[in-house]
Order: sequence, then structure tokens, then C-alpha cells
Amino acid sequence: MFLTIDAISKSYGATVALDAIDMCIEAGGRTAIVGPSGSGKTTLLRIIAGFETPGSGSLVLDGKTLADNGLLVPAHKRGIGIVSQDGALFPHLTVADNIGFALAKHAPGRDQRITELMEMVELDGIMATRRPHQLSGGQQQRVALARALALKPRLMLLDEPFSALDTGLRDTMRRTVARVLRASGTTAILVTHDQAEALSFADQVAVLRQGRLVQFGPPRALYGKPRDRETATFLGEAILLDADIAADRATCALGSLTVEQGLKAGQATIMLRPEQIRLTTAAAGTKPEGPVGRVDDVEFGGGNCMVLVRIDRSDRAMPDFLSIKCVGSEIPEPGDLVKISVHGTAHVLAD
Amino acid sequence: MVIAARGRSRVPYLWVTIVAAFVSLVSLVPLGFIAWITIQTGWETASKLIFRGRVGELLVNTALLELCTIPLTIVLSVSLAWLTERTDLPGARLWAWLAVAPLAVPAFVHSYAWISLVPGLHGLTGGVLVSVLAYFPFLYLPVAAQLRRLDPAIEDAAASLGLNPWQVFFRAILPQLRLAICGGSLLVGLHLLAEYGLYVMIRFDTFSTAIVDQFQSAFNGPAANMLAGVLVSCCLLLLVIEAVLRGGERYARVGSGAARPADRRQLGRWVIPALALNVAAVALAIGVPFVTLTRWLYIGGIEIWRIDLVGSAFAQTVVLAIAGGVLATIAAAPMAWLSVRAPGRLQRIFEACHYYVGSLPGVVVALALVTITVRLVLPLYQTFATLFLAYVMLFLPRAMVGLRTSIAQAPVELERAAMALGRTPFQAVRQTTMRLAAPGVAASTALVALGITNELTATLMLSPTGVETLATKFWSLTSEIDYVAAAPYAVMMVLLSLPLTFLLYVQSRRATGQ
Repeated sequence: MFLTIDAISKSYGATVALDAIDMCIEAGGRTAIVGPSGSGKTTLLRIIAGFETPGSGSLVLDGKTLADNGLLVPAHKRGIGIVSQDGALFPHLTVADNIGFALAKHAPGRDQRITELMEMVELDGIMATRRPHQLSGGQQQRVALARALALKPRLMLLDEPFSALDTGLRDTMRRTVARVLRASGTTAILVTHDQAEALSFADQVAVLRQGRLVQFGPPRALYGKPRDRETATFLGEAILLDADIAADRATCALGSLTVEQGLKAGQATIMLRPEQIRLTTAAAGTKPEGPVGRVDDVEFGGGNCMVLVRIDRSDRAMPDFLSIKCVGSEIPEPGDLVKISVHGTAHVLAD
Repeated sequence: MVIAARGRSRVPYLWVTIVAAFVSLVSLVPLGFIAWITIQTGWETASKLIFRGRVGELLVNTALLELCTIPLTIVLSVSLAWLTERTDLPGARLWAWLAVAPLAVPAFVHSYAWISLVPGLHGLTGGVLVSVLAYFPFLYLPVAAQLRRLDPAIEDAAASLGLNPWQVFFRAILPQLRLAICGGSLLVGLHLLAEYGLYVMIRFDTFSTAIVDQFQSAFNGPAANMLAGVLVSCCLLLLVIEAVLRGGERYARVGSGAARPADRRQLGRWVIPALALNVAAVALAIGVPFVTLTRWLYIGGIEIWRIDLVGSAFAQTVVLAIAGGVLATIAAAPMAWLSVRAPGRLQRIFEACHYYVGSLPGVVVALALVTITVRLVLPLYQTFATLFLAYVMLFLPRAMVGLRTSIAQAPVELERAAMALGRTPFQAVRQTTMRLAAPGVAASTALVALGITNELTATLMLSPTGVETLATKFWSLTSEIDYVAAAPYAVMMVLLSLPLTFLLYVQSRRATGQ
């Protein structure tokens, strides 16, 4: 294993910031640590970087112990690169000097290496003599990335590096960073509060909440099979329904749905992602087969529209309301009767 | 309404501009005086007076003083600032306050204390020692403030790039302190040029002491005036050097996010030498004046507190200081207003005039006013009017700084909002801007007033007969080597300066949100 985080804990006074975090990261992989603010994700990153001392637990990078029981390798001897939220460029140095900061002043091939790094992060050569304050946010982040790559670090830490950027720029930068890291074969850990960013960037996602590691795994698995209600809603929009589980089927407001095999029977909460549900407008006067609902409201949003569907149930006094995302061309009108069809299996939550 | 709007669009704030222009013109008087007197003296006499051994000696002395004092001051204040702001030094808050406290002791009281303790102290060594101790807070304040503002993420980045803590300090922190160090050094350098009392007592000749000597022996002869010319050139040279060293840099934080409060570095076994440095600095800069003053007070007993003498000097000083403070604030107000509300090229030139005059030594301003009153308007010679004019000139920048920030805190939008709510323009200004700027106005007045309290040179040369401030009375007593009788005056000056020192300390903390 490339990086082993073993039972890392950290407290500030009575506040527990990290509670026995275990995590294994493979070489060349991209891991995202995602969680709401205050979940301890930044603290974990700073412990890996060496800016913060763990209260207990150990940290082993590539066979070398970085922190364990009083033993502590200082940040400058770890060979770990970091790109922080706003780049943290040296304001007194030019772009070229920022990128070449870690390279010896008169090392042969220094200039060439700087040019190479600038090309790698797609920075125009004319930027070399600029000062940080003359750059846009995206350019600053490119410089910060190039600077961190200069020493060919074994591990790259990305501390919310895209959060200060505009939405469009954020996606471009995320792709650039992923590409550069892949090309250089650098293992990377991204810390973010943006679940979409985490899911699209990483091949492993760790969800942190209140200092605990809630779930760790590939993005698809986490998105499709979150452990609990909070993780389900944190990772994306979720439709949560009460259901009766019996014989690998769940009976709920949307009728009888297939679930994973081998679950024990009884009451449970099931989760569906909005894209699993399709609405079909029924022709006037007809009553289609299966679960139906009445469109209560439509919130137009261009490509994606939210449709609020009301489902009347004979066995309950209160109707159920479902918010369902529809793609532009097939939006029903308020008042329409719609047929609700579900694709795939429903996921049963643990709690 | 329409007419008013039209009038305003041509020259914004016409009357304010006229007043500011007038104050700027008056600020140029000392410089104009030097030019005028040089022309009048004629090139032949002037060059004979300028290019002579004595001036060469003074130049060497001045250069040595600047070159020895400034680097030492930088090292001392940067070390103290880093220790108090960025390490886990025990009692850091207290040490931070004590590092500013030497400002409460006027420079000439510092040298009085040292001469009392070490009577043999003199010349360059003595001058440098006392200057460093008296002036290092001028560098400590901006450097500490800048250290508090630095983004700790930059130091983290440097460490992640393989720099050890020492390298982080020299390659990532120190370069970002450049502006603070340049500004502070300029302030110290100008004080070294302007200071008179300190160097007389320590028996070290500078231009200021030589000019006063000349003035006292030959009044406003051409010799004194030409020395003043050279001294002004030195000041301008310092301003230019600082501007060149500072360059067109902008070291502001680049990012947008809120900076995390910086971690304090653990000193470990370095805590003993770190504490020793702080203790030594405080002992030399505050301990020595404290001990000597206490000793003289003890020796003098109750008899030296002559209420008729000390009380009268105290009352005169307070009246002069408050009147001068109010006048300087009024004089600075139009320019401060313009520089916030209607900045432009013309306004920047006026502003430069307001600021430059404060960097002139008191002796030059006094000499200019003496010469002009004696030759042109004799009835004004040695009157309060002339004395106040000198005070206004010398402390104009102090008044400007406080006023500018407080006016900037009252955005024009508030006035517009008040007018939209039915207030007349005058009511709007009175109820929003004036209300919000009031604390800043009071602070400016206090800053100037306390500057006047410790002003010696211009007061000595310009004050009307019979006027004796704490500083001049202290000065005449120490000149008679009556150190015991002088002690109460020194104590009064220190006590009056304590609020100023505290104010500066609090302001620098507040400026960085702490």
C-alpha cells in the first residue's frame, strides 16, 4: 500500500477533530476526501502534509513512517506537494521564480524545467515574468500546481484548489489537474466539500463526517449504495421512501421495486436516485398501469427541470410528494397525470 | 439644485480644493526658503559654505549614524516582532506591548537617562546605542503588523517545497516584510536626521546640532541656512532611496479566502535566548530611563516638584499641544477629504506637499520661519502664530493619516442614503460622515498634541519669550547639568506620552483585526 493512514486521531481541547481514521491509498490513484465544513477533512490533509501533529495513530508513506507515536518527519522532509485553496503563491516572486522556488538557484536546466512545467499546466510562456497579483484565479492555481510538481513529489495534496474559481473555470481546471497528475503518475488526495467534484475527480472517495470516516470506496459504489441517509443526500439528490422489504422486493409509494438480494424482511428506508425515475404523461382520460401521480408544480430550469409529483395513496390520509428531475424535452405540465416508472434496483439504507 | 450640481461637476469640491491648495503652498515655504536663501547668498558664498571641511565631517557623521543605526534597528525589531507574533514565547502579548513602550520616552530623555547612568558615553557608539533603543518601535510596529497579516498558507507551501524553518523565514517571510521594513526604516532615518536633543547630550555632532549651534551664535546667518540646505537634501535623498528600494511592489494577499490564523512556532530550547533578547531590549530601552528617573526623583525628593515651575510648564504644554493639535487637524482636513472623495492627479500633488513637510527636521522649519518673519513680517517674530504654524507643518502628516482612514470609513453612499431619506446635504454630512469620522478626528488631534508635547527644537527656536514647555524647561535644566531638577519634567513628558503609545499599539492591533 502506498499511503497507510492508521487510526489517526486529533483533538483540539474537548473538540474531536478526527476520530481514528483508517485509510489505505494505492500508488497512482486519485482519492477525494469529501465532507461538510467542520468534518475534519482539512485537518486530515494537514496531518498528512506535516503541518499538524496527529494526536495518535500512524502514517506510513511508501514504506517510510512519517508519523507514529512521537516520531514525526517535518513537512519539509516529506516530499509531499500541496496546492491550497488560493494557491498561496509567493507575492514577492515572479511566476517563473514561484515555479522554480524548490529548484536550486543555479541548477543546470532550471529554466528548461520551469518552461516544461509551465507547458505541462498549460501556462503561456509570456506569463513567466508576471507577478501573482497580475494573474487570474485559474492561472494562479496553475502556477501553484506547477510549483508543487517541480520536485516530482510522490504524493500531491489538493486542498480545495478549485473552490475559489468560477463554475466554468472550475471544471476546466479539474480536468487539467487530473490530466497532469495522470501524466506524471502522481498519487493525489483532493479535499473538497463539493460532492460532484469529488465524484468526478477521484477513483476512491472517502466521506468524512464529524471527524469520522463514514464510507470509503469507488465513486459509483458510494453514489449508488450509500451507507446511510446523510451520505445518500450529501452525495447527490436522493429520493427516500419508507418501504416494506420481503422476498427481495420493496413495497413503497412507487409500487413494488426490486432490491439487493438477501436482505432481511421488515420496515426499512429505500433510496432511489432521481435519474432512476421516469415520468410519462398519460393520454387524457386514460388510466395507465402501475404507480401514477399528478404533477403539482414544475420548476423550469433550462436543461433540467424539477417536477413535483403528488401521489395519492388509498392507505394514507396524506399524499406523498416526489421531486423528480426531468430532461428538457419531455416535461409534463402541472395537472397532468403521469406514469412513474423506476429503472434498476432500489438501495436499502442501513439505518 | 441643478445649479449646484453643475457647479460641482466642473471642479469637484471647489472650496475644499482651494483650501487644500493653500495649505500645500504653505507647506512648500521651507523648501522655497532654502531655494530663495541659496540664490540670495550667491553661488560663490554658498559653495564656500557648503564645500568645506565642517560640512564634510557632519556628512560623514550623519552617514555613519544612519548606516550603523538602521541595520541594527532592522535586526532588532524584526527579531522582536517575529518572536512576539509568530512563536510561543511566554508572555508574548506583554512583550509586544513592551516593545512599543519606548516610544513613550522622548529621544532626548533616553539620552539623558543614559548619560546619567554612563557619563562617559559619547560619540558615534553612544549615538547609535541610544538611537536604536529610542527608535526601534517605529520599525517594530509596521513589521509586527505585517507579520500578522501574512497568509500562513505561503509558509506551508514553502515547507512542502522542502525548505527548513530557517529557509522558510529568509526566503518566504522576510521578503514579504520588505515594504514594512522600508517604511519603518525611512521613519527612523528621518528621525535620526531631525533629532537635536539626543545628540547634543551624547556629544555627537549632526547637521541638526550644528545648525542650532550656528543659530545660537550667529542667529540666522548664511552658514546656518546653508547647513539647513544640506540637511534638507539629505532628507530628500532618504525619501528617494526608500522609494527606489520599495519599488512598485504590491505584496497584498493574492487569494480571496479568509486567512487561517497563523500557527506559532515552538521555540523549544530556543526559548531561553529568545526571552533573553526581549529582556535585554526592554531593560535597555525602558529599564534604563525608568531606573535613572527614579533615582533622580529619589535624590531630589519633594523639593524638585516646584508646583509654580513644573505646574506652569505642564499647563503651558497642554494648552500649546491641544491648540496645535486642533489647528493641524483643521489644516489637514480639506486634503484628507479630497484624497478620499475626489482623488486625482492634482490632489496627489497636493497630498505629497502635505506629507513631505512632515519629513523635514524641526530645525529647518524653525529656521525658515525665523528668517521669513525677521526679514518680511517682523511683528510675527516669536509669536504664537509662528510657533503654531511650525507645529502645523511638522505634524501635518500625522493629522492626515488618522483623518484619511476615518473619512474613508464613512462611504459617500451613507450620505446619499441619508439624503434619500430626506436630509439636507449639510444634515447628511453632519449625521453620517462627521459622526463616523469623529473618533478618527479625535485620534489625529491627540497624535499631533502628543507630538507637540515632546517637540524641542522648533519650540526652542520659535517660542515667544516667557513660554516654557516641559521639553524646553527640561532642556535648559539639563544644559545647566541640573539633572535632578530636570527629572520631574521628564516624568511629566513620559506620562503624557503613554496614552499616545497605547493608542499606536491598539491601532496597529485593530488594523489587523486583533
